[in-house]
Amino acid sequence: MKIVVAVKQVPERDAAVRVAADGRSVDESDVAWMMNEPDAYALEEALQLKERDGEGEVIVLCAGPDRVTSTLREALAKGADRAIHVVTTDEGEGSLAARDTLGVAKLLAEAIKTESPDLVLTGLQSDDLGAGQTGVVVAELLGVPHATLVLQVERADAGIKVKRELEDGWFQHIEMPLPALLTIQSGGNKLRYATLMGIKKAKSKETRELAAVAAGARVDEVVKVALPERVKRTEMLTGSADEVATKIVEKLKFEVKIL
Amino acid sequence: MSKVLVVMEQKGDAGWHRISLEALAAGQKLAAELGVTCSAVVLGESAAIGPLASELATKKLDTAWSVDHALLANYTADGWVAVLQQLIAQEQPQYVVFPHTYQVRDYAPALATRLGQVLISDVTAIHAGPVFVRQWMQGKLNAEYAHKGAGVCLVSVQAGSFRADAVEAGSSEVKTFAPQIDAAQIRTKPSEPFREAAQTVDLSAAQVIVSVGRGIGEQENLGLVEELAAALGAELAASRPICDAGWLPMERQVGSSGQTVAPKLYLAVGISGAIQHLVGMKGAKTVIAINKDADAPIFEIADIGVVGDLFEVVPALTKAIRGAV
Ligand SMILES: Cc1cc2nc3c(=O)[nH]c(=O)nc-3n(C[C@H](O)[C@H](O)[C@H](O)COP(=O)(O)OP(=O)(O)OC[C@H]3O[C@@H](n4cnc5c(N)ncnc54)[C@H](O)[C@@H]3O)c2cc1C
Ligand SMILES: Nc1ncnc2c1ncn2[C@@H]1O[C@H](COP(=O)(O)O)[C@@H](O)[C@H]1O
Repeated sequence: MKIVVAVKQVPERDAAVRVAADGRSVDESDVAWMMNEPDAYALEEALQLKERDGEGEVIVLCAGPDRVTSTLREALAKGADRAIHVVTTDEGEGSLAARDTLGVAKLLAEAIKTESPDLVLTGLQSDDLGAGQTGVVVAELLGVPHATLVLQVERADAGIKVKRELEDGWFQHIEMPLPALLTIQSGGNKLRYATLMGIKKAKSKETRELAAVAAGARVDEVVKVALPERVKRTEMLTGSADEVATKIVEKLKFEVKIL
Repeated sequence: MSKVLVVMEQKGDAGWHRISLEALAAGQKLAAELGVTCSAVVLGESAAIGPLASELATKKLDTAWSVDHALLANYTADGWVAVLQQLIAQEQPQYVVFPHTYQVRDYAPALATRLGQVLISDVTAIHAGPVFVRQWMQGKLNAEYAHKGAGVCLVSVQAGSFRADAVEAGSSEVKTFAPQIDAAQIRTKPSEPFREAAQTVDLSAAQVIVSVGRGIGEQENLGLVEELAAALGAELAASRPICDAGWLPMERQVGSSGQTVAPKLYLAVGISGAIQHLVGMKGAKTVIAINKDADAPIFEIADIGVVGDLFEVVPALTKAIRGAV
């Protein structure tokens, strides 16, 4: 099975985020980057599918500026066979930020069409924009069926059978023909680490660069980005760890009344 | 004339999905501010949605749409997209408001694409303009979005952002919409929802919960929170990444895909406070949060907060509790 996995590079989890001077975007100057977590699970699922089949190919795909090559290299080191980098500019008209979800999905769909894969996997949601949509939009652009919040994939008679997460601890199986697109939820598998051997091998693997098509007009516009206002006043306890602990115990005794 | 259309969602035969009513309240409010009418639609098979459509007719709406077809008996993205596209083409609403449920995540982006639009997803507030507020960086930032250009604007609202009890009563007419759809259009074959083997841990009844998040760093460190939980006589719970990693069983996960809890005390240790976690524990009477990041979203809902390193605060707290009881 030929599988394309779309992975996004996002700011590192504990990164302190600042609003950029334009008041409409994130200041990326001091940001460290990582692979979006659900996308790491998507990659893992693809690698396991290939290993189970004993054949096939896993191609990782990322749209973004030069920095994203580090994330593609990480995916290659974990075992992807090759990579496609859709190169956008860092900022300005050609950047990711100049595009809405549809615009980014078009970049990915164009690249995927050049491969005609059997299966496309994406993460269910990006940690930075949190749109939770790009995969489904790509499926629609490719004209293939999709399933979201997928935890497991297996082959079935006419195509594949997937286990998808519903709300409140419920699940559901869905069958569909190939080619198809799945958005992967975290937790379906254990993530692997890149081995030293993998890192070495990655150096000789192919990364194909594709030029990003010009961004069309956005349907939506980000007019302002700001730190959220606190809705409720949290009572902040300060002092040394022992002082804080004593204060909490007081509260547990006299206010929460559980001690 | 410009209008607002709210797409409702039901839970099998158990009535409305909770967020549907919040979406309805959001839609009514948006319509009132724009000075236009609001309608709502329920999709499904006639027997199942009849009572729901009648209930919609008791709300302040222009029309309570009932879209019924045998092929809508079970949810599929293909079915929902095809049918809603037809209703939107007929009714020409200017805004379509959805509840941000897992089901909406599954089809609304495809519907938006078919309409040449983009869904503004998971909106937490609507300001004059209208401007739609949504979270970036898992709640660390708020981004305000405006819809540009002609055409319908699609918006989904986040759980808990609008008040279901703000839905305005009134009376409206139930109208039936007959969609054109055939079985060949539906490419996926869903089966019945199921639960995993019976859960042995019922967190919903727990009075005191100590909940641990990724701030704990390593599985070996879990002992720290286990001791705190033991000292408090509390149940141990966790955020998703802890269960994903297999450090604690899935049944201890709190949140939209885990358990919903409402204890007297919820002590969140090293948890950032992403919305999918918050929906599972917002009902707690008192929330205490320990987090090293003063800007962590958990502090927006915590009653008592400690900005500090859990590796210092938690052992000190365990010791103090042991000394107090
Ligand atoms: C569809 C969907 C469903 C989901 N369902 C769920 C669900 O049911 N339950 C759930 O929990 N999540 C769920 N999630 C995931 C959710 O979005 C978050 O990713 C998750 O809740 C984050 O967990 P966390 O707070 O433990 O980790 P992080 O977000 O990584 O936060 C870790 C926190 O620890 C703090 N920290 C780090 N080190 C220390 C230290 N030494 N001392 C003190 N603090 C420290 C950091 O400041 C940070 O705030 C879901 C996501 C999606 C998209
Ligand atoms: N620039 C990108 N490059 C590659 N994949 C992406 C990109 N943006 C989004 N994706 C994929 O789409 C998923 C959902 O993203 P989002 O719609 O932003 O929540 C991510 O988990 C990725 O798999």
